[in-house]
Amino acid sequence: MKRGFTILAIVTAVLLSFALYAALVIAPTEQTMGNVQRIFYYHVPSAWVAFELFLINFIASVFYLVRRSAKADILALVTAEVGVVFCTVVLITGPIWARPVWGIWWTWDLRLTLTLVLWLIYVSYLVLRRFSTSSQTPLLAAVLAVFGALDVPLVYFSIWFFRTQHPAPVIGGGGSLDPRMGWVLLYNWIAFMCLAWLVCWTRYRLEVAQRAVHEVEAMQSLMEGTR
Amino acid sequence: MSFLAITRATLAKDIRLEWRSKDAINAMLFFSLLVVVIFSFAFDPTAEESRRIAGGLVWVAFLFAAIVALNQTWARELRNQVLDAYRVSPAPATPLFIAKAFGNFIFVAVLEALMTPLFVAFYKLRPLGPSWQLIPIAVLGTWALVVNGTFFAAMSLRTRAREIMLPLLLFPLSIPALLGMVNSTAAVLTGETSPTFWIALLVAYDVVFTTACLLMFEAVLEAE
Repeated sequence: MKRGFTILAIVTAVLLSFALYAALVIAPTEQTMGNVQRIFYYHVPSAWVAFELFLINFIASVFYLVRRSAKADILALVTAEVGVVFCTVVLITGPIWARPVWGIWWTWDLRLTLTLVLWLIYVSYLVLRRFSTSSQTPLLAAVLAVFGALDVPLVYFSIWFFRTQHPAPVIGGGGSLDPRMGWVLLYNWIAFMCLAWLVCWTRYRLEVAQRAVHEVEAMQSLMEGTR
Repeated sequence: MSFLAITRATLAKDIRLEWRSKDAINAMLFFSLLVVVIFSFAFDPTAEESRRIAGGLVWVAFLFAAIVALNQTWARELRNQVLDAYRVSPAPATPLFIAKAFGNFIFVAVLEALMTPLFVAFYKLRPLGPSWQLIPIAVLGTWALVVNGTFFAAMSLRTRAREIMLPLLLFPLSIPALLGMVNSTAAVLTGETSPTFWIALLVAYDVVFTTACLLMFEAVLEAE
């Protein structure tokens, strides 16, 4: 277990450092956008990783509702936290790229809006977990996660219609990707997944340890109470 | 007691309480009046502009005002441990939820009925589309706010800073519903586009979340 963790950490470090090199040096410079396009190799993998983590969160939440397993709850908590971090990276790198390329920081485009709404839902999920005084926090959180997942298709359709009605002043989309660019993108995605996995794993262990400490503390105060 | 009897008893009790105290409705009315006046000052729109922005203003005002009613839905039951008594009673949870949601629906609907004439006067509104369509939009939109609002109000009972929690949970999830209400209202007011898609979206939202609330309310009520 511990050995696997060390191996994953080393692999992630190697992959990430090479990913930086690949994104900055190996990938060809985009013709119209120039070097600013290179943020793409961080932006897109972060987005994919964030969505994967949110998907895992949803599955873990449903699993928790069915089985009431503490492990599923910790997994849901961890993936939501790390997912929000990656989603924040997406929402920050996006406008940095959009400003020079589109000329605007933000537009209510389908994907942008959907990402923002997902981010909002998961932040509210984390706020609920943080503020809950109930011993049933996992249950409440899992219910909220399911509600969030139900919301996503509705958001999708509403923005999709909204957008087809009011095309935003943006170019981009379509067009083919240079194979070298595609390769670097894929490579970065793998590196980011390893990073996410590593962070989640660390956080998972931390949470397990924290809960164990709480349990011991609660037991101790109970023992003192009876003495 | 049957399902209907429990629903009716709870609903009648809530309405009687509200009728005697008028806590929520007065706060809501005054609050949305303030929103109307402040927005009207801030924008001072022409008739043409207000047709475009009124949909948003109206619904934002109602949404914020509805929070007042939603927050006290369950908080009221905490006094004298009424909710605990309900929990140990053999009555099922679903009729309680339905009664609470209907109660809130009635409060918010009364608010809307009283505030709409004021909106019309302040913003010089004259719909260019078929105005009868505003009625189904109002019904569907209000239910969309109220059903999830009642559910999340029950959820935020078990949190610190309860009153703040409700909007934090409710608003992100309500985004598609809010888009539906605002855009369909604007479509009717300007008469430029058809509100059909947005009404369909509201129907879908209502059906999906009413089902979800009914299925999961029992678990949330029992969570201590």
